[in-house]
Amino acid sequence: MAAYKIYFVAWSTLLVLTAVTVAVSYLNLGLWNASVALAIASLKAGLVALYFMHLRHEIKLVLGFAVFPFLILGLILVGTLIDAIYRF
Amino acid sequence: MADHATSSLPGDRGYLSEQGWRSWALTMDHKRIGVMYIWTTLGFFVVAGILALLLRLKLLVPGPALFSDHTYNVLFTMHGAMIIFLFIIPAIPSALGNFFIPLLIGCRDVAFPRLNLFSYWIFVAGILVTVGTLVAPMDTGWTFYTPYSTRTSAAVTSLSFGLFLIGMSSILTGLNFIVTIHTMRAPGMSWYRMPLFIWAMYATSVIQVLSTPVIGITFLLLAAERVFGIGIFDPAKGGDPLLFQHFFWFYSHPVVYVMILPAMGIVSEVVPVFARKPIFGYKAIAYSALAIAFIGFLVWGHHMFVSGMSTISGVIFSFLTFFVAVPTGIKIFNWIATLYKGSISFDSPMLYALSFIFLFIIGGLTGLFLGSLATDVHVHDTYFLVAHFHYTMMGGTVMGLFAGLHYWFPKMTGRMFNETWAKNAWWLVVAGFNITFFPMFILGMQGMPRRYAEYPAKYQPLNVVATVGSWFLALGVIIMFANFVRSLRNGEPAPDNPWRGLTLEWQTSSPPPEENFHEIPTVTDWPYGYGNRNEASRDH
Repeated sequence: MAAYKIYFVAWSTLLVLTAVTVAVSYLNLGLWNASVALAIASLKAGLVALYFMHLRHEIKLVLGFAVFPFLILGLILVGTLIDAIYRF
Repeated sequence: MADHATSSLPGDRGYLSEQGWRSWALTMDHKRIGVMYIWTTLGFFVVAGILALLLRLKLLVPGPALFSDHTYNVLFTMHGAMIIFLFIIPAIPSALGNFFIPLLIGCRDVAFPRLNLFSYWIFVAGILVTVGTLVAPMDTGWTFYTPYSTRTSAAVTSLSFGLFLIGMSSILTGLNFIVTIHTMRAPGMSWYRMPLFIWAMYATSVIQVLSTPVIGITFLLLAAERVFGIGIFDPAKGGDPLLFQHFFWFYSHPVVYVMILPAMGIVSEVVPVFARKPIFGYKAIAYSALAIAFIGFLVWGHHMFVSGMSTISGVIFSFLTFFVAVPTGIKIFNWIATLYKGSISFDSPMLYALSFIFLFIIGGLTGLFLGSLATDVHVHDTYFLVAHFHYTMMGGTVMGLFAGLHYWFPKMTGRMFNETWAKNAWWLVVAGFNITFFPMFILGMQGMPRRYAEYPAKYQPLNVVATVGSWFLALGVIIMFANFVRSLRNGEPAPDNPWRGLTLEWQTSSPPPEENFHEIPTVTDWPYGYGNRNEASRDH
């Protein structure tokens, strides 16, 4: 039972965060609506990756492979935004 | 490197012993899966090649001829989409990569053999959907630029689905190779004892895994826009058509390195074997593959200089593009330094490898014309670009593939091909290639736009030259393939190590047994110790 405890905790946290997402959607935060929703979603994705996908217990190499795509994601965001912001 | 020669008995067909369609369709042997990829991709090379010959035939005359302008658009779309997605992306990585990665690192199979078979079959599923859609007909060009692709009546949605499946196959294959290279190398094979083909395939796999999801998502967004009317790319719905180009090239630029890096890996294997000299600058070649893979992610905007992208982005991307030339130059200088004072024999694999170096220099340097902002405005979307791209992809990747096919044919089939005919074919292929594509540089500089069905009469002479060249090229390819097919049945039995190579695939029988090695070899040195006394005494 003890071995599964962490999964129950992670799962419960995910449920709580889902409830928070729903609750927040009733508030009008203006520009922050999307940011808050995305932040909560990222937190949830992080929990899934760390615990259910065992990333927390993996060797550094695997962790590196998991983190590297975020660099790539950053590249596409920066590259595209530089164009979008300075276009006229 | 330790000697593990395992001479096969005469008539032993190795991994090819088992027969019947089930032995192929349900196989988990990486060699058989590799062979299936070879037949599939070469099949599309032939189909797309025939389409190209038809296009060239029409361009023999400036005005209307042979078929309608719409048919012309459909044919060049099919040629581009098939040659890119069904041939040149999987041709070396999935086909030769599958066959030779485990052999070169000295293991019995890839890390996930079942996943490997799955990759092949979803590739086939993707092909069926894609080809079914392309003949529907599709006239967007292989880049499927919005907003046209969101508005055309052609079946862009199902095409997206087909390419999504092919992309999935590409990701899984890349993942499989990364894990294989990390975890399954023979005892003693440290990273710096790996053959350079493995370094190239490693860099390739990383690109496949990281960039392919982006195009998958892009195709899903395109489908979502067409089916549900969500405004993502279509300005009429509040979308941004340039966003599509950003996403598309974020995948499609790195993926040109998926096409070229494995070919560079093959050249790195072939050159030292036929120059009988250790490869010059091993680490520089290895790391330049990784550098190309990384820098390749930073330059996608150079496809969009005249698309209405912001000027500042143009300047940044133009600047970054020049960085790619550095690791590419490093490789070229190292190959040439390997040749220097070598004992060179001009066997057919070497001829193709040398053609790669020669043609890719032209293809690569003309890329700098296109990468610099000012000249790109002049030559963008002209035949200059067509010539550049074919010099890198046909003169580069396809020459590398041909080098690999000739180099490894004895190992894959257990038969030798006819060297005289291979050389005859090489003359025709290389001469025909240059006659076809070199005039296009001039046509482009003179301002002939690409993708137009008709052109002003003043461009005709060079177009005639190009079309006649395409016939020589086709004849060369026909002779080469006929030589291969004939040799499959009637070729001389191949010795285990016909080229006196030191890499591990030559230390097992030709063709290799089902699990590659009777005994897993132990590696004690790098595989490029050519020209020393130990090597001279080797049995071959």
